[in-house]
Amino acid sequence: MAGIVSFGAYVPRYRLKRMSIFQSMGWLNPATIMLSQGEKAVANSDEDSLTMATAAGLDCLGSIDRSAVDALFYASTTMPYLERQNAGIIATALNLREDVRSADFSGALKAGTSALISALEAVGSKNVRRALVCAGDCRLGMMGSPQEMIFGDGAAAFLIGEKDVIAEFKCSSSLTCDFVDHYRGSKTPFDRQWEDRWIRDLGFDEFIPKVIRNLLQKCNLKLSDFQKLIFQCQYDGERKTLTKKLNMDPARIQDPLQGVIGETGTAHSLIMLVKALEEAKPGDKLLVVSFGSGCDALFFEVTEKIKEIKGNLGVQGHLSNRTELTSYQKYAVFRGMVPVDLGLRAEEDFWTRWSLVWRKRKAIFGLVGSKCKKCGTPQYPPQRICVNPACGAIDEMDDYPFSDKKGRILSYTGDMLAASSDPPEMYGSVQFDGGGRCMMNFTDCTLNDLKVGMPVSLSFRLKYYDPKRDIHGYFW
Amino acid sequence: MATGIRDKVAILGMGCCRFGERWEAMAEDLMVEAFQEALQDAGIEKKEIQAAWLGSHIDEINVGKGGLPLASTLKLPFRPVTRVENYCATGTEAFRGACYAVASGAYDICLALGAEKLKDTGYGGLPGGAAFGQLNRLIAPNATAPGLFAQLATSYFAKYEIDPALGKKALAHISAKSHANGAMNPKAHLHRAVTEEEIIKAPMIAYPLGLFDCCGVSDGSAAAIVTTPEIARSLGKKDPVLVKGLAIAVSSGEEAIYTNWDGAHLETTYRAGQMAFQEAGIKNPRREISMMEVHDCFSITELTVYEDLQISPRGRAIEDIRNGFYDLKGQVPCQTDGGLKCFGHPIGASGLRMLYEMYSQLLERWPEERRVKSPKIGLTHNLGGIPSNNVCSVAIIGR
Repeated sequence: MAGIVSFGAYVPRYRLKRMSIFQSMGWLNPATIMLSQGEKAVANSDEDSLTMATAAGLDCLGSIDRSAVDALFYASTTMPYLERQNAGIIATALNLREDVRSADFSGALKAGTSALISALEAVGSKNVRRALVCAGDCRLGMMGSPQEMIFGDGAAAFLIGEKDVIAEFKCSSSLTCDFVDHYRGSKTPFDRQWEDRWIRDLGFDEFIPKVIRNLLQKCNLKLSDFQKLIFQCQYDGERKTLTKKLNMDPARIQDPLQGVIGETGTAHSLIMLVKALEEAKPGDKLLVVSFGSGCDALFFEVTEKIKEIKGNLGVQGHLSNRTELTSYQKYAVFRGMVPVDLGLRAEEDFWTRWSLVWRKRKAIFGLVGSKCKKCGTPQYPPQRICVNPACGAIDEMDDYPFSDKKGRILSYTGDMLAASSDPPEMYGSVQFDGGGRCMMNFTDCTLNDLKVGMPVSLSFRLKYYDPKRDIHGYFW
Repeated sequence: MATGIRDKVAILGMGCCRFGERWEAMAEDLMVEAFQEALQDAGIEKKEIQAAWLGSHIDEINVGKGGLPLASTLKLPFRPVTRVENYCATGTEAFRGACYAVASGAYDICLALGAEKLKDTGYGGLPGGAAFGQLNRLIAPNATAPGLFAQLATSYFAKYEIDPALGKKALAHISAKSHANGAMNPKAHLHRAVTEEEIIKAPMIAYPLGLFDCCGVSDGSAAAIVTTPEIARSLGKKDPVLVKGLAIAVSSGEEAIYTNWDGAHLETTYRAGQMAFQEAGIKNPRREISMMEVHDCFSITELTVYEDLQISPRGRAIEDIRNGFYDLKGQVPCQTDGGLKCFGHPIGASGLRMLYEMYSQLLERWPEERRVKSPKIGLTHNLGGIPSNNVCSVAIIGR
């Protein structure tokens, strides 16, 4: 039976206290004080929904054989490209096979669960053996808006298969409603929403019980048969109302992580599901409900295999890798909400030469180098003539992926001259364990953290944004 | 069997414009200044120049490509003009082209001229761009020259277990010494003597390099006219300055992507130094080199170059620096004109500017206050690219 084989998550390291948002923007909209509790996870300046989804995918795959993945589905409402398949970038970054099936799921916040259902059904149909679902969002509320308080950034990923399943997929039910509680057109980065009371009373309060009722009927169960109910609802009060209305023990309601991450859009119900799986025991029945332009409800039953899952950072691991972003202004600049002076150096034109990008896609997005068959020297970028001066073999190379390798810092600097939205720009030479070296940017750290010899690992990040041509460029 | 360049070429004349933020001047204007001085010094007429090499590095904000800018600016009538570019060794590369042409016997008198206009970018430092090719723009870090060279310092300090504060003090001495020299030089861009304390306290540019650890950014041009020693003597140069050695070493990727480089020295400089010393017949550089102009794009570069050229023992340059070994009145005065520190680094011109200083010192042309005492051998050194991947040139001239 199809089900979840592995899970992963990504929560960016920076957390922004909601009170610091209020302190900066509360003057504009004093009522947002009601939403000012806790903190939200915010993407670094070199992160977006695609890099976070990739990170969750990496966390999910761990040491699992990537060549066995037959399909990749990416869900987000904040994809960098409207035309150019975003999942294709992730597939290359994850070094998946070229004959992988892929799709972008977008539009509704329930797109994450829709992608999950599609993957489960694709595996169930035996057309694919293993499918990876990555969902990530990095949504923007306007400065001073309630959404700015509510939204957080994050991603989740699931590997779906039929063997070694940790949670079996039992059934699903869906609702499709053109209920415009919030929307975003194609020409604006900011979410807009209608009145909260309407969203609460007509949206959450009606749709969630309805989709749950439909699913229970379909599988002939009672809600009390479930150990965990995982539903996406951004309103604290409404969660309590629904818990009562559904007659559920509050202890069986999955924590929405609103106070530590925030509402993460298409990824949200999936991040909650990851958290639920981290806490689940064999035999648990889990009911996941997403919300957004309708609902998807999915029923999973946890198997004995859950005990064997290890190594993934998941939600819990990422939550503990935390540092406070103390400046709201930095957040606003990171998300491109305000124009800032990065200096004339930042204005240099840079063409992305697509024919070159295609030719070198494995090296650029996959961080695939080469390893000499004669002397075993790993090298990046890939070479035709071996760089080992004692070897020099020509065209004797195998592909050698570096993205899963650890390394150590050989040299570093913090550069105040380079154009950067978070100076100093930090970079240096990395010596990879097992051989190979490369000069790379350092991120998610401060200059004080860097030391020669300290260990580093790789993360797929936004390398540049070309505003003239609306190009998001990625690298590790 | 190759016999090398030693004593086969003489410098007939040299010229160097005033370096600086020459807002009033085009690169072409600077070329004319340098050329005029070189021609006058050589004591020949323009028509006697049979071939020329132009060094310029950055196309976009400079004179453009090809040999045209030199020929059309100097009005050299239908002569062979070759433009060369080899990163920061560009000026030396132009000189090399002219020297080899003379040594081969193809021409009697050749011109090497380098020029660069850096101050039309609108911002400080060197412009970015595709200097390392299109693939590198997609995979290399968002780096600038100070940040790339700053890493030499973090690695050097780590390797030799040097307290960063003490390391910075040694670097400050390097810059202070060059500023002191530059302050006496009317052609330098920066004329202010700076104390070590000011240097240490200056704003950070790329950790651990502060503002005064970085060389200036200037416009400039310099030129050399070369010929055979015989022709030089026949033209009245009784004891001409001769070329003793010319070497270029280029990284093969070993430092950048193989795993044997320590990040704390410049391998190309060591290699080019070895080649040049052999060609020039120098066995003990610490004793035989009278003075140097090395590529002090950043203070830490100068420090490691002392060791790579085997003037200071490995890991011990700081002792020599502290002892004033490289000061103007030290044993091997370095950056006697103020260096890149005070002249800035108009890339195509720098190598020739350095040679101009060594040549002038060898001819004892400078006033007493900035004159090196009876020098025999002068060395120039350029390093272009980044510490892990670069082009290095070493030129040795003497009498």
